[in-house]
Amino acid sequence: MARRSRLHVPKHHSRPGEEPDFSYLETSPAGAVPRPDINARARDIGNLSIDLVRVLDDRHVAVGPWNPHLDPPELQIGLRHMLLTRIFDERMQRAQRQGKTSFYMRCLGEEAVSVAQGMALRPTDMLFPGYRNQGLYMVRGRPLVDLMCQLLSNTRDMCKGRQLPVMYHWAEGRIFSISGNLTTQFPQAVGWAMAAAIKGEDDIAVSWIGEGSSAEADFHHAMLFASVYMAPVILNIVNNQWAISTFQGFAGGEQRSFAARGPGYGMAGIRVDGNDFLAVYAVTQWAAERARTGAGPTLIEHVTYRGAAHSTSDDPSRYRPKDDYEKWPLGDPVLRLKNHLIALGEWSEERHAALTQELEQQVTESWKEAVQYGTLTDGPRLNRDLMFQDVFKEMPETLRRQREQLRAELGV
Amino acid sequence: MAQMNMIQALNSAMDIMLARDPNVVVLGEDIGYFGGVFRVTDGLQRKYGEHRVLDTPIAEGAIVGAAIGMGVNGLRPIAEVQFADYIYPACDQIFSELARLRYRSAGDFWAPVTIRTPCGGGIRGGQTHSQSPEGIFTHVCGIKVVMPSTPYDAKGLLIASIEDDDPVVFFEPKRLYNGPFDGDANKPAVPWSTHPKGEVPDGYYTVPIGKAEIVRKGSAVTMVAYGTMIYVCEAAAKALGIDAEIIDVRSMVPLDVDTICTSVKKTGRCLIAHEATRFSGFGAELSATIQEECFWDLEAPIGRVAGWDTPYPHAFEWEYFPGPLRVAAALKAVMEAA
Repeated sequence: MARRSRLHVPKHHSRPGEEPDFSYLETSPAGAVPRPDINARARDIGNLSIDLVRVLDDRHVAVGPWNPHLDPPELQIGLRHMLLTRIFDERMQRAQRQGKTSFYMRCLGEEAVSVAQGMALRPTDMLFPGYRNQGLYMVRGRPLVDLMCQLLSNTRDMCKGRQLPVMYHWAEGRIFSISGNLTTQFPQAVGWAMAAAIKGEDDIAVSWIGEGSSAEADFHHAMLFASVYMAPVILNIVNNQWAISTFQGFAGGEQRSFAARGPGYGMAGIRVDGNDFLAVYAVTQWAAERARTGAGPTLIEHVTYRGAAHSTSDDPSRYRPKDDYEKWPLGDPVLRLKNHLIALGEWSEERHAALTQELEQQVTESWKEAVQYGTLTDGPRLNRDLMFQDVFKEMPETLRRQREQLRAELGV
Repeated sequence: MAQMNMIQALNSAMDIMLARDPNVVVLGEDIGYFGGVFRVTDGLQRKYGEHRVLDTPIAEGAIVGAAIGMGVNGLRPIAEVQFADYIYPACDQIFSELARLRYRSAGDFWAPVTIRTPCGGGIRGGQTHSQSPEGIFTHVCGIKVVMPSTPYDAKGLLIASIEDDDPVVFFEPKRLYNGPFDGDANKPAVPWSTHPKGEVPDGYYTVPIGKAEIVRKGSAVTMVAYGTMIYVCEAAAKALGIDAEIIDVRSMVPLDVDTICTSVKKTGRCLIAHEATRFSGFGAELSATIQEECFWDLEAPIGRVAGWDTPYPHAFEWEYFPGPLRVAAALKAVMEAA
């Protein structure tokens, strides 16, 4: 056989027209992965970055050392936030199709990541999300109307019409502004965490990116600084298997887990079943305590699946089998928590239907209110003078002149 | 008052701000224990500790990215990029994030980061230690861009930059660190102690961002420059015996159009000089603005003298540098036109 160098191109397991194939996915049985002490040295817990932390088993029972032992009312709140996120997403997707907004991004199938993590953190912890973390807003209680007004770029848009839909922010709620450029928030979160440590405050920073975005230099910058300064930060890679059309192998996930990059940088890495509300909650609690007590940062890889398109601008049937999501081995996070609650005797189909109806009603009413403040296409509109504000703290003369020029152009 | 070179003046500015404001921190490569490759941060870590004067890994993008997060969390970071030539890995964080954070979040988030970086040639630095990339930054809306030419301005402008709630990219013309330099490398080096602007107050003061300074009054022509080129312009005008009004721009963004254009309207002639490459350089913006504002007062086309549109060649440093001969030739052309 001829020996020669070769170029390896990662091969998708299945493309349109083929059978979904998840044989590449390595999992561990629920309850099988040990839970180390929060002060464990990163080098001693490397297995956490290769195995898969799971709590909910196939019978919907919480098992093993990572069981966070949450009370049923807390689980019910988690279910409510996840369900609200999903219903909100569906309605906003429809609004985009109706032309009320230009763009939308759903987090279908990934709801447990934001909701469980949001609940496991303190309200004062600072969040640096990506664009598929709307569940954080549900947990922290931002009124839906506010989110909708941003999506509509209307007169009450928190971004004053300057950002694409979904790029929310909330200073009081301690949720950082979403850029739209990928991974830039990762080193910023580390810097925020370093500042907290410098000031002697015990709030931590938490940030999220997708596995595709982990290819950016900013990922490595963040990992390096987090590790060098042992910054009180949790860095999350939401591995939903897909960048727009390329699977996780193109981001480097084919040879080794993304979580394993944690130990590579000398920090804890945990690979968790991202569709298991309890497991996500538990690893976040572990990592948060670790960060808060000076034991250092953690990289968490959430193994999940992007159930919907990347955004309203792409059609996933062009690059993956239509029934891929249905065949995803780790199931649906909402359904799994629902079944767990039912198994506990703390939930029922009737209560679920009633909750669904209540949340749909809430979304509908919020929407009715939001559109009163305008949509992208129908008035009322924001004052166009606003476009010249906030470039600098004080408006410079050049912008004042340009504002006057626009006013003259429009005859106002 | 004390005699300071530009390095000492910059050090004094950071020293004063570290002492005045517990939220001021300094971070960068080699800036802590060692005190910086140009000694600008000498002694600061000893005085303020490792939590406020941080040595960092060699990752400019991470330095600026982390500085933004620190700024969002209430600190006032001064990030050093060791050479302006090394700033490019940080450009996404500067252009897409630092510059736009206030805008995209409608004023709810912002980061008062000052990025200090030595620029310019004349120190045998070759093409990776000699660049003047200010024009790349002036093109980005949302950041202020300054460059001092004296120890006095360096200290006052740096304090103003640190206190500014907008991000500032602070260029330090490194050939001026130890003394004014008129572009003639064969002359003996002149220390700042012989220059009036080497007199620097010991304490706190600011030089406002956005104000140019007339460094020499004159009536025949307006020479607009900044950084090292101020001294080259002075030498060229003197050599030709021309009564030039020389303006130190100091702040490129925001730009003091009034001071510049008032002068050009008075003299009717204008020469712009910078070390940076010519094509699409900041001189083009100056020229366009002056033309728009002063067209009917101009007696000759506006002249521009700059570095050649090549990388900065190591072995041909003085042929590249827009020294007094080239500036004098350009000045002569502006004086003789029409």
